Amino acid sequence: MAGTLDFSPDDRCNAFITTCREAPFSDGALAGVAVAVKDNISTAGIRTTCASRILEGYVPPYDAHVIELLRKEGAAIVGKTNMDEFGMGSTTETSAFGPTRNPVDPTRVPGGSSGGSAAALAAGLVPMALGTDTGGSIRCPAAFCGVVGLKPTYGRVSRYGLIAYANSLEQIGPMARTVEDVSRLMSVIAKYDPRDSTMLDRPYDHRPSADIAGLRVGVPEEYFGEGVDPRVAETVRDAIGVLEELGASTVPVSIPGMRYALAAYYVICTGEASSNLARFDGVRYGPAVDIRKSWHDAYQEIRQANFGAEVRRRVMLGTFALSAGYAGRYYAKALGARQKIRQDFERALRDADVIAGPTMPTVAFRLGEKTDPLSLYLADILTAPANLAGIPAISVPCGRVDGLPVGFQLMGRQFEDERVVDAAYAYEQEVRA
Amino acid sequence: MKTIVGLEIHVQLATATKLFCGCSTDYRDDGPNTHCCPVCLGLPGSLPRLNRKAVEYGLLVAKALGMRVLEESEFARKNYFYPDLPKAYQITQYDKPLAVEGIIEIEDDEGHEKIVRITRVHLEEDPGRLVHVAGASKYSLVDYNRSGIPLLEIVTEPDMRSPQEARRFLNKLRTILEYLRVFDGDREGSLRVDANISLEGSERVEVKNISSYKGVEKALTFEVTRQKNLRRRGQTVTRETRHFMEGRGITTSARGKEEEHDYRYFPEPDLRPLRVTDWVAEIDLPELPAARKNRFMAQYGISPNHARTLTGDPKLADFYERVAPVDPALAATWVADTLLGELNYRDMSIAAVPADRIAELLGLLRAETITDRAGVQVLREMLDACAAGRPSERPAAIVKRENLGRTTGDDFSAIVRTVIASNPQAVEDYHAGRKGALNFLVGQVMKETRGRADPRELGRIVSECIEKGEV
Repeated sequence: MAGTLDFSPDDRCNAFITTCREAPFSDGALAGVAVAVKDNISTAGIRTTCASRILEGYVPPYDAHVIELLRKEGAAIVGKTNMDEFGMGSTTETSAFGPTRNPVDPTRVPGGSSGGSAAALAAGLVPMALGTDTGGSIRCPAAFCGVVGLKPTYGRVSRYGLIAYANSLEQIGPMARTVEDVSRLMSVIAKYDPRDSTMLDRPYDHRPSADIAGLRVGVPEEYFGEGVDPRVAETVRDAIGVLEELGASTVPVSIPGMRYALAAYYVICTGEASSNLARFDGVRYGPAVDIRKSWHDAYQEIRQANFGAEVRRRVMLGTFALSAGYAGRYYAKALGARQKIRQDFERALRDADVIAGPTMPTVAFRLGEKTDPLSLYLADILTAPANLAGIPAISVPCGRVDGLPVGFQLMGRQFEDERVVDAAYAYEQEVRA
Repeated sequence: MKTIVGLEIHVQLATATKLFCGCSTDYRDDGPNTHCCPVCLGLPGSLPRLNRKAVEYGLLVAKALGMRVLEESEFARKNYFYPDLPKAYQITQYDKPLAVEGIIEIEDDEGHEKIVRITRVHLEEDPGRLVHVAGASKYSLVDYNRSGIPLLEIVTEPDMRSPQEARRFLNKLRTILEYLRVFDGDREGSLRVDANISLEGSERVEVKNISSYKGVEKALTFEVTRQKNLRRRGQTVTRETRHFMEGRGITTSARGKEEEHDYRYFPEPDLRPLRVTDWVAEIDLPELPAARKNRFMAQYGISPNHARTLTGDPKLADFYERVAPVDPALAATWVADTLLGELNYRDMSIAAVPADRIAELLGLLRAETITDRAGVQVLREMLDACAAGRPSERPAAIVKRENLGRTTGDDFSAIVRTVIASNPQAVEDYHAGRKGALNFLVGQVMKETRGRADPRELGRIVSECIEKGEV
């Protein structure tokens, strides 16, 4: 039943950077299913921009591992979705291709950085999409747009072909309108790839089960404290109540390292980003360098002109954090804090099987509402810890505040992605019924 | 004034594929950018995957130099912008190298054994290569064939005391690497050196990227003179990086940008730490130069000098062992002295010489079928044929064709008599006890007989003739 899928979406939210009008597909588990792919995942023959001008004209000569797997299972790659430039943001407003709007309320942001993928799902343009999550970039837009998104355990999905923002934190993950579809997509993309040395051979092959009787749900005080909108906290407590009705028990847990989480996260991710993005110098990608200048002048000019403000800010922060004389004070300290947070989660996940809390402290912001970078960075407080700890985390819709979706986040032990999927599935099945 | 030298040597490891991808390393006969893939081109999204063989080669060197392999070593990123560096960082090792603390023994300038301490060895990737097109000053081209070739960086303590010691150290290191079969010294740019040099009490100077053995000694000799002259004039040596201009034999200050580098090292997040101490026990070291030299002396009864020369290159040592059965002592002289000299003269490699033919030649010499002088002539004919790519004739055939067979002195009695008769002054000198006279007369006979007679035997015959007055 191989064929071609015609794809001409009514993309009024600007979810896509590139659409493939005729998307070929083959036989397999996802035969003919339209899958949207975040535009930082390499697709052979389809331009891949990271929503940045610096990659203008770049068409990858190879497929990312996850794309090879999707094609093998018959999926139709229908387009590349909008995002914050290089994944740096929580609103999809830093894209060089203009912001994506939230289909639930077009005056609101879809969240980010995988905002295009979440919006394409919420607008009904595709049933499945790939996102990437470095500090919450799958879960935040899933929460804001009212869809489901899973950040897999670090090392469960190959990063080969994912244009790196922060290598030690990020994973490619599935997004869909239902937990079941998220799980289906996960089954396709989580297969071993020796090209990613940080990967373990732990394929995901799972059908979600709603039976969660006896599940111990950890509730960390830090996820319901200062900075979290009380109405969001209340909505999520109700969702935890639903899990209890299904036979789960709750235990109070604590992640004391949380207070260092954002500082550690921003030092590590900007440090890695400053190195990853250095290759974009105008020699091989993007607008041509003026060869009448000396090469370092030309590099400087091209990077200044073609990276957006947020990318430049993070590259400079990261460069500073890794500089001689400062690396000990910032980078080394951040790695120490990361270790502490990892241990906190390990301890908490001895008393509990999953940890539950809100995905985002608030509902979706208005477009243009967040102008100072710091308040945006603070919005990652509940998502970034899972990346620092390398644990799986899913966001599933759990009601609305002011008519806007709220995300319910469930985190689990490393390589227990199945368990967080089951918990989310049980909740979803219960509230849907 | 004491001279203090330390070296950092970058050696290309002779693996079949690159350090982090499956591209072939043998691009010598191919055009630019033909041995590349997303990984060694540093394309966005590509990830490095460590070549096991390169690690094994590194460990082989570490074991041969008696080094301690770290329980956990780690790759790191060295960040800097340069057009030949496609990721804008080099994957190398920083504070957790593969192995530390080794030694290499060399001879000092007085001929005594001394130890040069090896600080560390670590693995890293080679960058691409910039090609400057003659006549096109506006641009340079980049060839990424070299990008990702595995390098082993070997760092010494500042234990050398002269440029000559540095040269001897490099020769010794090269020999060891060749014995380990991890290195192809014939490959252009396969060994590159950064040398640190200072005079005691002065700042040190780093001379970067010297790409030949001879270059190292030349660059260091130049630096010693330059630094001594500065001190003599009362000026101070400034701590700096200098470049060696191979063609002019001088070093020039690199000044500026290159010295301000902050490489912002941090652990490479795309690779896991290396835990390979278990591998070390499984590595079988081949016989190394020192052991082979001692064995040659014991097994073949040859002199320390011959043994050192013959074991200085594993291919030469192998060659010797193939021809030694004919007569070890004769073979040692002929291979280490005569053959090596002829090869150097022709800039030929021992690999091009057929050992079986040389063994035949040695057989003729041992049986005294030909004289040494005729032997050299046969050898030259054979080497000329090899150099021209022709199969070498059998030595016996050359002897026959050129009529080089040894003739006994009696066959030359007529010539001897003529020579004695026509050189009465020399005969008189001989009677007067002047040793040179006999040599002169023998030389005259040799000239007439085109070297087919043994000079010692001729000497005996000539003096007998004179003594008997048979003229």
